[in-house]
Amino acid sequence: MTLPLFFFYLFSAVVIASALMVIASRNAVHSVLFLILAFVNAAGIFMLAGAEFLALILIVVYVGAVAVLFLFVVMMLDVDFGQLRRGMLQFMPVGALVGIVLLLELLMVAGASYLVPEAAGTGALPIDQTVDNTRALGLVLYTRYIYLFQASGLILLVAMIGAIVLTLRHKPGVKRQDIGKQVARDKQSGLEIVKVQSGKGL
Amino acid sequence: MTSVIGLGHFLTVAAILFTIGVFGIFLNRKNIIIILMSVELILLAVNINLVAFSLHLNDLVGQVFALLILTVAAAEAAIGLAILVIFFRNRGSIAVDDVNTMRG
Repeated sequence: MTLPLFFFYLFSAVVIASALMVIASRNAVHSVLFLILAFVNAAGIFMLAGAEFLALILIVVYVGAVAVLFLFVVMMLDVDFGQLRRGMLQFMPVGALVGIVLLLELLMVAGASYLVPEAAGTGALPIDQTVDNTRALGLVLYTRYIYLFQASGLILLVAMIGAIVLTLRHKPGVKRQDIGKQVARDKQSGLEIVKVQSGKGL
Repeated sequence: MTSVIGLGHFLTVAAILFTIGVFGIFLNRKNIIIILMSVELILLAVNINLVAFSLHLNDLVGQVFALLILTVAAAEAAIGLAILVIFFRNRGSIAVDDVNTMRG
């Protein structure tokens, strides 16, 4: 067994085991941590497949942002996860049936398909081995796929605005600075001259 | 470029991962957080497929596509979790059975 193949089997085994733990774990925090493990090992698989940039982006984006977001939400929401797991065994048979059928179908497709050797290199963008992966991606991403790149930026912008609008709330009863009100204040509304009689006070 | 790791290896791993994701949705039908994580697993399986074909067809388009899927998946997770947070704030629970506000 060659070294890349050994590492491929290692990464794949850990990915599959941790994916199983994600869906079977009793504690949602453990699920998130196993999700992180699955993504790190998937990044290893990407690295073996020659997609170095995607592997590192997977670690930066998923482990650094998405998984931490999941962790944050799981820890912020005070949810009784034990109560949510009730009835899990009841869903098990139909889920297992659908899963097995789906897996068999996918494996039959994967096993029956056959890649013609001449097909390699006839794609739209043949990979140039002399250019490193990040550079090659950048060369096409900012030229040929600029519209898709801009569209994905727009999607992220919409997601950001949406998340902020959804979760922002103004609590009633909290004093806030209202600049318009402050500026609109003038002498008539802000100042009052009172004649105080001597010896009486206000 | 010929790789020592065959295309079938990648496809098998991706198929198993995809199935685990689908199975997770069935298994944790009440827990939206785990369902969102299962969707992330499914998208990861799709990305593995794209990268594997990119390697074996010697074509960079697969990696560009996987990058765009990564972007969409990140946006989807952010929006999904934001909806989850306000849902929990309004209802005090995240059970899927309670999501019937929009039924009218």
